[in-house]
Amino acid sequence: MTLQFLADGLVMGAMTGLGAIGLTLTYSILRFANFTHGDLISWGAYLTLTLALLIGAAVPYGEPIGPLSFGWPVLAGGLIAMAVTGLLALALDFLLFARLRRRGTAIIMVIASFGASLALRSLLEFLFTSEPTYFSREIQIAIPLAAGIRVTPDQLCSLGLTALLVGAMHLLLTRSHIGRAMRAVSENPALARIVGIDVAAVIRTTWLIGGALACAAGVMLGLTVQIRPYMGFDLLLPLFAAAILGGIGSVPGAVIGGLIVGLAESAGVQFIGANYRAAIAFLLLLLVLLVRPTGLFGVRP
Amino acid sequence: MSASAILAVDALVAGYEPGVPILRGVGIAVNAREIVVILGPNGAGKSTLVKAVAGLVPISAGSVRFADREIMGVPAHLIVQRGLAFVPQTENVFTAMTIEENLQLSGHVLAKAGRARQIEAMYALFPDLARQRRLAAGRLSGGQRQMLAIARALMIEPKLLMLDEPSAGLSPKLVASVFGKLGEIRESGVAILLVEQNARAALAVGDRAYVLAEGQNRHEGPAAALGNDPVVARLYLGGMAAAHGRSANP
Repeated sequence: MTLQFLADGLVMGAMTGLGAIGLTLTYSILRFANFTHGDLISWGAYLTLTLALLIGAAVPYGEPIGPLSFGWPVLAGGLIAMAVTGLLALALDFLLFARLRRRGTAIIMVIASFGASLALRSLLEFLFTSEPTYFSREIQIAIPLAAGIRVTPDQLCSLGLTALLVGAMHLLLTRSHIGRAMRAVSENPALARIVGIDVAAVIRTTWLIGGALACAAGVMLGLTVQIRPYMGFDLLLPLFAAAILGGIGSVPGAVIGGLIVGLAESAGVQFIGANYRAAIAFLLLLLVLLVRPTGLFGVRP
Repeated sequence: MSASAILAVDALVAGYEPGVPILRGVGIAVNAREIVVILGPNGAGKSTLVKAVAGLVPISAGSVRFADREIMGVPAHLIVQRGLAFVPQTENVFTAMTIEENLQLSGHVLAKAGRARQIEAMYALFPDLARQRRLAAGRLSGGQRQMLAIARALMIEPKLLMLDEPSAGLSPKLVASVFGKLGEIRESGVAILLVEQNARAALAVGDRAYVLAEGQNRHEGPAAALGNDPVVARLYLGGMAAAHGRSANP
């Protein structure tokens, strides 16, 4: 028996957790299941790819950094793409969700997000074809760790960046006014208005942050797996499982939920078979909804 | 409506659904440093009145002047920033946040130095809260939660504090303690608009009172006189009349 599934599960789980943070925030503050979140992940990856190619062509410092498979253009492009994906989410809200929010039924928002998700995904296929692509064709040499576990430098880098972003999000939500305002709107929007919070500004911030985190998850997924128009959509079920497992609205919950889903999936692939990978997130989701619908850290079902 | 009124509501028509007004031409005034009580049977529109003033219920006609400016149609979060604080009846604190976070969140309209000073002032006013600053508000008892809700509202250094049934669900001892605080708060220069079912306790602390019924003004006068008016007591303050009866014939 090899313990490799632990490392793979951890890497996959960290990315799932990162994606689930954005999902859990939009779910708890905007109060609907946003199906476009998966496509924001894909758009983030393709935007980064495009920007990295442009930056790489313009400046001469495109060589891979140390043992990593990618260079500064991917990092710089990723940062810009995070902002652009945030703006894309904001534009979606302005064009679609804000208009429907005034009518006040969550199911209309969910179905609309399903439609927008389809459109965003098709647009990616139209622009970039459905052929998988990569940030880099460099070969990665996996570093052996203890007990026969191997990880690539890209995987370690993704784990580190995820930890950094999760820590930053935690500080934002607990130490800054806008973070506390986001938690306030998530718990009780009417009371939030009474304490002087501009709920519309909180909603805009939530879209920006949700989009930026989706983009970051997309870049890491692109680095460690591959870039496809369906990459984010295929991740939606694990994302929802992680967000609900951790408890809707909880950032630490989303990360821990993501790690549990990631580890369960890779354990399932190793011990049961790769065909059952997709079923595992689904089973976890069902179990949580039956046994503890508020999730590990949640207060509201 | 005297010129010195901090809040002047005139011919207010308001309701949750268009074309279904709950308030049908209500007028009240609150002067500086005054405690004004709103009484009336269930469904009279007492809560709707304070919610409409706070900007939470759509207003279709009338006028709401606060500190000599019209605030009708101003978004709720901006009304707060002008110095009008509101404590709803239920769900009036953020349960997932600590006491300190609740106070900080509300006090962000103040400058940073003022915020820290105001938080300490609130802990001085409510020593129970000071002892458990890091406790999640959801774990407080009913009375402590009400105290936190009032402290949270006072964080903005308001000119007017509106409370919707602060005595609901509290024991008589706690009601006395909450209403005692209202006297202290008025002494610090804040006017108070108090909606209450508990007429006896409210009239004891109030200066003037209005009785609403079916969305309209029915009676008004000094709190003491209104409490002693047998017609008003029988028709609208049933709970209080019964309490008087019990104390007279034990």
